[in-house]
Amino acid sequence: MANVVLKDIIKRFGSVQVIHGIDVSIADGEFIVIVGPSGCGKSTLLRMVAGLETVSSGDIFIGDEAVKDKEPMERDIAMVFQNYALYPHMSVRQNMAYGLKIAGVPKDEIRQKVDEAARLLELTLLLDRKPRQLSGGQRQRVAMGRALVREPKVFLFDEPLSNLDAKLRVQMRLEIKELQNKLGITSLYVTHDQVEAMTMADRMIVMNEGVAEQIGTPLDVYEMPRTLFAAQFIGSPAMNIFDARVEKGQVRLGKIALGKTKCKTGAVKLGIRPEHFIPAKQGKLKVKLKIAEPLGANTLIYGEVADTNLPIVISLAGVHQIDGNNDIMGFSVDKAHIHLFDAPSGKRLAD
Amino acid sequence: MEKRVTFRGWLLPILLIAPQIVISLIFFFYPAAQAVWQSLFIPDPFGLSARFVGLGNFEFLLSDPFYRASFFTTALFSILVTAFAMVPALFLAVLADRLIKGSSVYRTMLIWPYAVAPAIAGVLWLFMFNTRVGLASWYLGQFGYDWNHVLNGGEAMGLVVLASAWGRISYNFLFFFAALQAVPRSVIEAAAIDGAHFWRRFFTIVLPLISPTTFFLLVVNVVYAFFETFGIIHTITAGGPQQSTTILVYKVFADGFVGQDLGSSSAQSVILLFVVGLLTVIQFKYIEKRVHY
Repeated sequence: MANVVLKDIIKRFGSVQVIHGIDVSIADGEFIVIVGPSGCGKSTLLRMVAGLETVSSGDIFIGDEAVKDKEPMERDIAMVFQNYALYPHMSVRQNMAYGLKIAGVPKDEIRQKVDEAARLLELTLLLDRKPRQLSGGQRQRVAMGRALVREPKVFLFDEPLSNLDAKLRVQMRLEIKELQNKLGITSLYVTHDQVEAMTMADRMIVMNEGVAEQIGTPLDVYEMPRTLFAAQFIGSPAMNIFDARVEKGQVRLGKIALGKTKCKTGAVKLGIRPEHFIPAKQGKLKVKLKIAEPLGANTLIYGEVADTNLPIVISLAGVHQIDGNNDIMGFSVDKAHIHLFDAPSGKRLAD
Repeated sequence: MEKRVTFRGWLLPILLIAPQIVISLIFFFYPAAQAVWQSLFIPDPFGLSARFVGLGNFEFLLSDPFYRASFFTTALFSILVTAFAMVPALFLAVLADRLIKGSSVYRTMLIWPYAVAPAIAGVLWLFMFNTRVGLASWYLGQFGYDWNHVLNGGEAMGLVVLASAWGRISYNFLFFFAALQAVPRSVIEAAAIDGAHFWRRFFTIVLPLISPTTFFLLVVNVVYAFFETFGIIHTITAGGPQQSTTILVYKVFADGFVGQDLGSSSAQSVILLFVVGLLTVIQFKYIEKRVHY
């Protein structure tokens, strides 16, 4: 177990810089999720921690030890790959024992550790099978088992659930989180799925185009997104973003005044989450309703802000029907749920 | 979904496989049957008459020390050729696998020897090791080694093995290279994280994963060493000195077409047929079990 510190990590492939200085300090036992769209550099960042990619500049510390120039095997880490990367010619037991065997652990001890890990992951009955005889979820578990028998300082997960079906993904998500809680091993987990990030992370790193847009707890990021990107990436359905103006201390969306602000006069990006609209007859925000998607627990309503053609998504609890006659409905929004971002830079503006 | 095509009648399918069957019948089964038939006769030197001798030809062959020596020569030659054709090819493929830039140039250059016809390759090596004017033998002479494969059976064997394996390395390289490229990167990376150094990874992960290719090449190379090396042996040593490089196939030629003993030559072909058949069966039965597909 160990803390992990990334100091101003930069990665270049030839002349192309893909990661532009990531700084983060991870406490011992913390579960960090690195989340972002594909191509944002999240996997590259993880692979640099693993030692599978070189670091162009910056430093990586695992347990206060600089590991930048060390081989993967010298870093005392374990990694779970997206495609599991099991050794196809070895049985489950051999797969899990491979690392220990190389480390020169005595045979009895290997046996004991593998049995223990197998029990923990409910793999005991599968130990003599080959990977190709296992289902996706079972392979995933073997990959986990291979990582945890070695009792590494840090666990690295590279999109470990993206090859599983939706139901299994939810189940494995819980299992991984539970296991990490029990073992208390510092973990870095890469995913493009914001739900995984929200549910699993102690803290998350929201990445975009090689930059850490925000580092914070899931609720922090949800409630106080620091950038427009973080605001749109986290939360489902995504936050509504409008081009708005601040005039005389008032936020204005077209002609509608939505509340006071201390921000300077000028163009801003206005963000409101779909779930933060409250139906109100006298609400200032009039919405022309177009399509409703009842999901059971809630209903997604797609429409346009009245008198404009700005698209808007609203999520209401319970079941709602609309009759498709372009009805107008009024909504109000709590001032606390209005997010303002600087128009060119996308940075959050002080409320 | 059923991938096989089902035909309604029998005429079309027969027509479709007919060319293959006709070719096999004319060029493989007919000569093979002829060889079996001829192996039971001793013809006169002019080919005007033949005397039926039953298994006499076989009896004579199996008690002939030269023929038994040729068996041993063939075994040694095939093992050496297969080893020298496969091990360097694998090594070169491993090196090429790690290349990022210029790998296509490297690959193309490694493939060239394969395009050289066996007889030409034989002449090439013969020139290099010519006891009077050969470049290689001259250099060996400078180091005080007196190369003479015309008199020394061991050197003759070494030379034909080298010449036979040389062109074959390209072929094997291509297959090994493709196999190595097909090994998933992440599996190698997982092994690296598990603590395995390069050679350990190679022997415990990579080699088992490319074993189907290795097995295929083993079969193909043994067959090559048995049959297709004729041109090289013929140009370099003509089976000499003192039959030290006379492998079974060469002896079939030498006894049949040089010695004009067609009966014995046919009998040898029949024996060869059985030997190769047996070898292939053994390979598939025992070695394939250890291959991970």
